[in-house]
Formats: sequence, C-alpha cells, structure tokens
Amino acid sequence: MRRVRVDAVMLEARAATLVKRSIKASAKRAGIDLAIACMDLTTLEGKDTPAKVRGLCARGIAPAPGVPSVAAICVYPNLVATAAAALAHSSVKVASVATAFPSGLSPLETKLRETVDAVAAGADEIDMVIDRGLFLAGRYGQVQDEIAAVRDACGRATLKVILEVGELGSYEAIRRACDIALAAGADFVKTATGKLPISSTPAIALVMCEAIRDYARQTGRDVGLKLAGGIRSTKAALGYLALVNETLGPAWLSPDRFRIGASSLLDDLLMQRDKDATGNYSAATYVASA
Amino acid sequence: MTPTVADFGYAPALESTASVSLRERYGLFIGGEWVAPADGRTFASTNPATEETLALVSSASAADVDRAVRAARRGYEKYWRKLRPAERAKYVYRIARVMSERAREFAVLETLDGGKPIRESRDFDIPQATAHFFYHAGWADKLAWAVTGPERTRPLGVVGAIVPFNFPLLIAAWKIAPALACGNTVVLKPAETTPLTALAFADVCAEADLPPGIVNVVTGDGSTGAALVEHPDIDKITFTGSTEVGKSILRATAGTPKRVALELGGKSAFVVYDDAPLDQAIEGIVAAIYFNAGHVCCAGSRLLVQESIVEEVVERLRARLATIRHGDPLDKNTDIGAINSRAQRDRIADLVQSGVDEGATLVQVPWTPPERGYWYPASFFTNVQPTYRIAREEIFGPVLSIMTFRTPGEAIERANNIPYGLAAGVWTSSGALALYTAQRLAAGVVWCNTFNQFDPSSPFGGMKESGFGREGGIAGLRAYLDT
Repeated sequence: MRRVRVDAVMLEARAATLVKRSIKASAKRAGIDLAIACMDLTTLEGKDTPAKVRGLCARGIAPAPGVPSVAAICVYPNLVATAAAALAHSSVKVASVATAFPSGLSPLETKLRETVDAVAAGADEIDMVIDRGLFLAGRYGQVQDEIAAVRDACGRATLKVILEVGELGSYEAIRRACDIALAAGADFVKTATGKLPISSTPAIALVMCEAIRDYARQTGRDVGLKLAGGIRSTKAALGYLALVNETLGPAWLSPDRFRIGASSLLDDLLMQRDKDATGNYSAATYVASA
Repeated sequence: MTPTVADFGYAPALESTASVSLRERYGLFIGGEWVAPADGRTFASTNPATEETLALVSSASAADVDRAVRAARRGYEKYWRKLRPAERAKYVYRIARVMSERAREFAVLETLDGGKPIRESRDFDIPQATAHFFYHAGWADKLAWAVTGPERTRPLGVVGAIVPFNFPLLIAAWKIAPALACGNTVVLKPAETTPLTALAFADVCAEADLPPGIVNVVTGDGSTGAALVEHPDIDKITFTGSTEVGKSILRATAGTPKRVALELGGKSAFVVYDDAPLDQAIEGIVAAIYFNAGHVCCAGSRLLVQESIVEEVVERLRARLATIRHGDPLDKNTDIGAINSRAQRDRIADLVQSGVDEGATLVQVPWTPPERGYWYPASFFTNVQPTYRIAREEIFGPVLSIMTFRTPGEAIERANNIPYGLAAGVWTSSGALALYTAQRLAAGVVWCNTFNQFDPSSPFGGMKESGFGREGGIAGLRAYLDT
C-alpha cells in the first residue's frame, strides 16, 4: 500500500474554507433534513437501560411531526435485541458497537464472537474499533487482517470501522489507518468512539474523505463516511455536509454513504428546523427528547 | 423521506450591501478636507460584476497633485515630524481600530469596486490591511530597535504611494502604515478602477483625527501617478504594479534624490516533487493561481511538476477545478468573482489564445458567465513549452501553465529561467529537499508546502524584474527611514 503524504497546514486551511460555506434558505432546509436522515442516534453509556433505548428508538423513528426518521439507533450489544424489537416495523437500522468497544484490546476471537452475537441478536450494522496498539506498533498487516476477519463475521451486516483518530497522532497516520480499513473491506470508515476529547474535526473529516475518494477512483467501490463525537450544532453539521459535498460529491449525501453519530445534535437540528419554518426559536422544552 | 441531493445545491448567500453608503461624487482628500479637482474632471468607478457606475471620482491633474504634495509637506513640517513617536503610534493605532470597526463595510466596498469574492475581501484583504496598522503602531516609538542606532531613525518626508487594483486597500496599508509609523506623510494614488476603498480610508483618517495633510488621497489615471512621481518635493515613491510602469518610474526618478521602492510583476514557479502531499499541493495550486482570480503579483502561475507524477497531478487538478464556484462576488460561497476590468479580461483572453495557437492544451470548466460584467473561468494549460508566451509573460488572471522537470537541478533551473523573481513554492515531504530547493530559487519569497501566506511581520518583495525594496517586518521599516 502506497504511503500517502499529508501536510497539516493546507489540509486545515481547505477544511476551514469548506465548513464555512454559507448554507442558507432551501439548502439549509434540505441540509437539516439530510443531517437527520443520516444520523446514527446514539446512546453508549454504562447506565443504558432497555427503557432508555426504547425511548430513543421511538424518537429515531419519528423525531417530530413531518420530520424524516434517523438512519440508525446505535447501542451496546446487550441492548441490540431491545432496539431490534422497537425498530422492527420501521426503516431505522439497528447499529451495535462491537469488538471490545471502545479500546479494542481483547483477543480477536472475543471480538469476532461479539460481532457474530450482535448480528444474531438483530444488528444491521456493526461499529468496530481498530486495535490502535497494533497500528501504533507498526503492525499494519495485522490491523488489516483483523478488520477483514470482522468483516467476514458481519455476514450481511454493514461494517463501520472506527479509527479512533484522537489516538493516532497525526493526519498522515489517520490517512494510513483509513487506507488500511478501506482495503480490508470496510463499508464505512468512522472517525471516533466519542469517548475522547479529539474525535471529529473538519480537517480529520477531509483527510478521510480524500482517502475514500481515492479508493473509489482506484477500485470503483464507494465506501461511506461516519463522523462521530463532538458534532452538536446544526451549523457544524451543515458545514460537514458541505465538506462531503465538495470532496466526495453529492452522491455521498445519503444515509447509504454518510452518517453522523450523535446524541444531542438532533435537538438543535429540530429547533433550527422549527426556526426556519416559523421564524422563531422555540425553547428547548418544545423539542421532545428521549 | 430522505431529502434529495439536488436540494442541497447552495442557495444564494449574498452579503448585504447595507453597510456601504456611497456618495454620488467624490472629491480629492487634501489637507484633511474634501476638495474639488482644479479642472472639475471626473470619471466613473464601476462594478466589474455588473458594469454599473458606483460613484463619480475626481480626476486629479498635475495642479491637484501639487496641492496634495504641498499639503503633505505642510503636515510633515507642522505636525508629524514634531510629534513624539509614542503620540504617532496612537494615531496609527486609532486608524487600525476605526478600520476594524468598519471592516464589513470595507469588505463589501472592495468587492463591489474590484470584483473579488466577498470571502476574500472579508477574510483576507481587510483583516490583513488592519493588521498592518496594528503592527506598525507598535513600531512607531521603537524604531531604534529596528535600525542600528537612535540617531538613524529620521523619517524621509513626503511619500508618494501608487497602488494597483488587485488588493487596493491592503497594498495601500502596506505602504501607509509603515510610512506613518516612521514619521512620514503620504500622498496616496489608488488604481483608476478601484479608488473607492482608498476614499473611504480618507474618511477613516478624518475619523481618527489625523492632523491635516498627513494622509492625502488623489484619484486618477496613469497621468495622475506620473505627476506624483515627477513632483520635485516628493522624497520617496513606493509603487506596486506592472514592470513596465516600474521601469518608467525608475527612468523618471533617475538623477533625483528621490528614493524608490518597486514591487512589480511576477511569473512565480510552483515546484511539486514526487513525494509531495498531493491533495494539499492541489489546494496550494488552487490558492496560488485562482486566489483573487489570479490578479496576484506573486501568483504561482508556472507549475513545475516532477515528470513521474504529472498525470496524477493533472487529473486531480482537473477534478478540483470542477468544484470551484464562479459567480457573483457578493455571494459568500463564490470562489472566483469578476475580472477587474474589460481591459484585463481582454488581456487574459488574448494570452490564452496565444497559448492555444502555440500548441498548448487548454483545460477549462464549462461555465456560462452572466451577460453583463467581466468574467474568466479557472483555466490551466498542459503541454506547455518554456518558450511559449503563457510560460513567460504575466497573465494576471486565473490561468496556470503546467510544465515538468526530472531532477531537483532541472526544477531549480527552470524555475529561475525567467526575468521575474517575486515568489516561489516548493512541495515535498522532505525537509532537506525543501531547504535545498528554497536556497537556490531566485525569488523574494519562497513558501514551502503552502502558498500566499502573509503577515505584517514578514517582509515581502521581489528580485530581478519583480522589483526591489521590502514591505513588512523590520526590512520594510528601513525603507521609510533615512538610514
């Protein structure tokens, strides 16, 4: 695999320009609904319960009157069956983290078993983490083999590969990890677990878009991008849509190829949607949460 | 329920023009007052995106220039040279503050008058112009640290500043800020097609309570500039513009005690080695040649690519070109706005035609420009030979010429094989190769893995036919002191 060189200065400059695009009027309305439709509404806490997940599922199916459903509900493996039951008659997918999320530091057999079990319990999508220890030790082949093994274990389920960019140390390393995940058969590459302070930034999203674009050009296979962690405002979400739009093209502006993993973003999207429709900001209490 | 992709096509996002209030007619700003030109002649300043007249501007004759230089001399003798440096600093600082407060107005005005995208005037021109005043305010009472001794910090006197149309307010600031900080007074002559921000700047000087005559603004065409150059009571001419005019200024000032600084044309090389970070290099190329529609003296207009990667670079650049957004300069999402004037547009078209005629391959995004206004789409040429006009002459438009090299030695030789020497770019992942190349490029500025980075503390200027003298930093201060 050719090592791709990345330089921070112009990468960050370009990313900053893209997320500062001015998204107004019809584009803003379309962008808000698109961001909702591309959302993996997520709860990944130790205190998650079936009741909490059922509430989240109901909200994901119908966030508010006239609002599109989200793309998926993302939970821990133990809650997959609950989510699958709650989402059974909807278009919303069940996504489960797996492979010893968030560290990924378990034996491969354990990770594969967790993946198989989550799919068997009803997960349509698996969000795996790469083994950053292996990556940083320079054992790139092994990282790729593990991802490929998890890909096999997923069967028909969609595989999202979390790079956990905040632990990789440089844009060039992120690009390299991304290239490995793409070659190993990822259906989506995903920035982060959301458990670290550094998760998704415009420059990180851009360097991953560039990897996806180059891979599609070389192989003809279109891989999706999932941004997770720290995206809380409509403005940020619209900025990322513009970045994807201008780097990967409008074909990527769909839940098949783009996701935003978030828990609180939906509140702001609904409030902005309301503001756009009525001209007024509503209080947060007018947005039903879960 | 998934929204369709077509809906996300960016809706128009126009910057409001409400912050700008233009007068119907502008006089000359001389001795702290607005005065009518002696012979009453005016000309129209137009919006190059619509061809509409924005305002009538006075045409300063030699008599008006004389009046302005006298006012500047009076201001120098009566106020400015007597003022304690710390007091001078306060005035320069005050100008910076007023400009900051009026930043949006200046950005919109620059875009209306010159055609550049509001994104650039808002994020680059005006903040940079303001930064020059802030920076130089700090120097005014510390000049002894910039030169070798306190006895050598005498100002020159009256400075004639002649600026071009591409960065009207910014280049005026490059000259006025250090001139004032060093204790000189100024007569500013903005470009014929872009006088409005200079006139608004005169208002800023008044608002900052600058004593009369310290900054004077005379508008007009080349003859106004010539009258300024030839005026016997000018101590220094600082000019940014074409090499042709620069040469005539040197001829006109030869044998006089006038000091001269010239920042002239360029045909800057942008060298990409095969180990470069390619996606960023592509962004660098775009920044180098399509920034301000290529109306940039240091534009990286000659791309030299290592032969082994030229096809990949061309393919990536072709794909990137398709995402450049042409259109209304006032739209916040526009990347390339209008060409500054009809004459400039025609010159670009002529040079592009010469490239086609000589045998180069033109790549252009299909784009239908608006019926009115002056436009030219982002373009590049492949199959360019170093002898072609498009490889030798400054186009001053969004047109790039791509050539190849095989070795670092050849890259350096080709980059330097031009009468100009303003800027250059080097792209490689090897620090050693970057330094090796940078040391051998004959250019006033060499950027490594970036392009068009500016800061008031960093000197800018050229070699060979790109001029002499530096603007910015300590080197720039010396140019306004009698050292």
